[in-house]
Amino acid sequence: MGIGFIYPEFEVIRNEARCIGCRICVRECANGVHSFDEKSGRLLIDETKCVNCQRCVSVCPTRSLKIVKSGCVFRENANWDTGTIKEVFLQANTGGVLLSSMGNPKPFPVYWDRILINASQVTNPSIDPLREPMETRVFLGKKPSDLRRDASGRLEYNLEPQLELSMPVMFSAMSYGSISYNAHESLAKAARELGIYYNTGEGGLHEDFYAYGENTIVQVASGRFGVYEGYLNAGAASEIKMGQGAKPGIGGHLPGTKVGADISRTRMIPEGSDAISPAPHHDIYSIEDLRQLVYSLKEATRYRKPVIVKVASVHNIAAIASGVARSGADIIAIDGFRGGTGAAPTRIRDNVGIPIEMALAAVDQRLRDEGIRNQVSLVVSGSIRSSADVVKAIALGADACYIGTAALLALGCHLCRSCQTGRCNWGIATQRPDLVARLDPQEGSRRLVNLLTAWKREIKEMMGGMGINSIEALRGNRLMLRGIGLTEKELEILGLKAAGE
Amino acid sequence: MVHMDAAGIDHAALNEWIRQQEGEVLLTGCCGQRFLAAGMDHRSIRVTGIPGNALGAYLNGARVEVMGNAQDAVGDTMNAGEIIIHGDVGDTAGYAMRGGEIYVEGSAGYRAGIHVKAYENKLPVIVIGGRAGSFLGEYQAGGIILVLGLHTDGKPIVSNFPCTGMHGGKLFLRSKCESILFPKQVSARPASREDLAEIEPYLNKYARLFGADAAALLDSPYTVVTPDSANPYRQMYVAY
Repeated sequence: MGIGFIYPEFEVIRNEARCIGCRICVRECANGVHSFDEKSGRLLIDETKCVNCQRCVSVCPTRSLKIVKSGCVFRENANWDTGTIKEVFLQANTGGVLLSSMGNPKPFPVYWDRILINASQVTNPSIDPLREPMETRVFLGKKPSDLRRDASGRLEYNLEPQLELSMPVMFSAMSYGSISYNAHESLAKAARELGIYYNTGEGGLHEDFYAYGENTIVQVASGRFGVYEGYLNAGAASEIKMGQGAKPGIGGHLPGTKVGADISRTRMIPEGSDAISPAPHHDIYSIEDLRQLVYSLKEATRYRKPVIVKVASVHNIAAIASGVARSGADIIAIDGFRGGTGAAPTRIRDNVGIPIEMALAAVDQRLRDEGIRNQVSLVVSGSIRSSADVVKAIALGADACYIGTAALLALGCHLCRSCQTGRCNWGIATQRPDLVARLDPQEGSRRLVNLLTAWKREIKEMMGGMGINSIEALRGNRLMLRGIGLTEKELEILGLKAAGE
Repeated sequence: MVHMDAAGIDHAALNEWIRQQEGEVLLTGCCGQRFLAAGMDHRSIRVTGIPGNALGAYLNGARVEVMGNAQDAVGDTMNAGEIIIHGDVGDTAGYAMRGGEIYVEGSAGYRAGIHVKAYENKLPVIVIGGRAGSFLGEYQAGGIILVLGLHTDGKPIVSNFPCTGMHGGKLFLRSKCESILFPKQVSARPASREDLAEIEPYLNKYARLFGADAAALLDSPYTVVTPDSANPYRQMYVAY
């Protein structure tokens, strides 16, 4: 208390009339908010430790708990809001760099919410997905520029390796280490059942999950953790991580304290040693260098697997993507500035990068203008929150989307943005065995399958409404979109007409 | 030994051919073909001419011997095996190497041994006979990097900024390193007898491979560089 005191953000309220004193809340809160006082025989609450993850609220058998925003307010104003004041206090207290997790929470415009989808009326009638087949399957990889026939007139079939997705959504890169074994197992199982892919992130592939290799994208980042010949060939594709939307230009540092036996084996580093991912790949200083890494991966996988290059959406993303397309990459993944993370410096997360909607529109247009759009597929992320975002992304020019945060929500994440503590009460962003056990991979994968099955139905409904029966016919079809509440310049960059035009 | 004249054949075709051979392979007339032996295990490849970048990338147990110079990214992300270069190598040799050994008779360019790591029984070793360029052993996380300083051009044994970000392993320089500046998160000290015992097998192997005098090499002052503490780069963070 005193000058350094910051009043807790949340209050935990117990309805004493309903509480039966079962103490489930005490057992379930890894942050130690709830405790039982033997002397007084009372349940106590320490709201200074509450992150509002809603675990106690969800498991209380009598619905006697609720968490509300604290009523204790600073005298804030439009310039000095509560969050900003609190950050100054925190840094004055500690001298530390602010660290937080999940995606950019700031009120920047969400362009998805300013884009509207078309529907057919009268002419070009809409299609009812209940009675007509709708194709949501996509193939990611290089597409040929022309058709060639052999001497007898038959089509020559020399297609570069492709990823086949039953619908244009995949689970984005989240490493084992940042999320739990059970979270990975849930993603792997769901990806297999759905006919899509999940992504190992940069932390290697756990030996138990090689079995899911056909539905796995293996990542290669600057630290090259767990990367070896067997890993590359276990996956369906490899992804070079150049950048991440939540923290463009920033490396990673998994402290040695988090590198236990299992993570050590997966990352292929000694137990208890720091896992430092340098900010850049120190062997990549140019597109030519990137091309070398792309082709070394192709060579090591004998040209059977596509290579993805993942970049963060930053100011010159169109030029960057053009370079990446010329590096030989089969797929470019672009991660927007709202992308999630297990830990990022707050200032980077909240201030660096550009919205994925703008980046996608700019990249798709640039690659078309240069006549090289067919040489790469585009996958976008950061953040895709719903099937409507997916449809809008496809119409803006994406081939598919990656979802990270939405997938975690399906697994129980309540977006408390405290991943970096390692005390995730939902068993996702933690390595504590007692907490990890709370996430049942069967249940987790069922919920992920539910989510994407629902999205697939919605995507079909929206496509049908537009009179489109194949997702391929929607890609880059910006006439199916209109902007609302946008400036001329924003419409120009997005390549959209305004609503009513 | 099966022989192939590499002149005019591209890297993918060369690698495919190597994979189909049994026993030792000799490639002659190599001229810049990249990715030779990428990901390969259990075979022995001898190369004359100059192989291109990323020789032995992801190498997984094969032995590659080059009877001349090699270019950039030798042994990138190598997991096991042996690469022997009878000459100099370009930049980023042994990047993120986890296991196996690289022996360079001559000197290495910039950024040799970045993010070399070790794991279980894997102990990557890079031996550079001559000198190393700037940024040697950045982010070193494990393994052994050994530079012998047998070059004769009068330049220092290593250029600028060695060992930045080092957080594991050991780096040996056959020099007192009086003029070399190391970052404050590492400690550089004269090598002890125990330290030297650790590198003796690699010195002997270098001498055997390239015809040097192992005893004379060992009988010199060495500087050994290690990280200063278990966690030297902990940034002060405040999470909320």
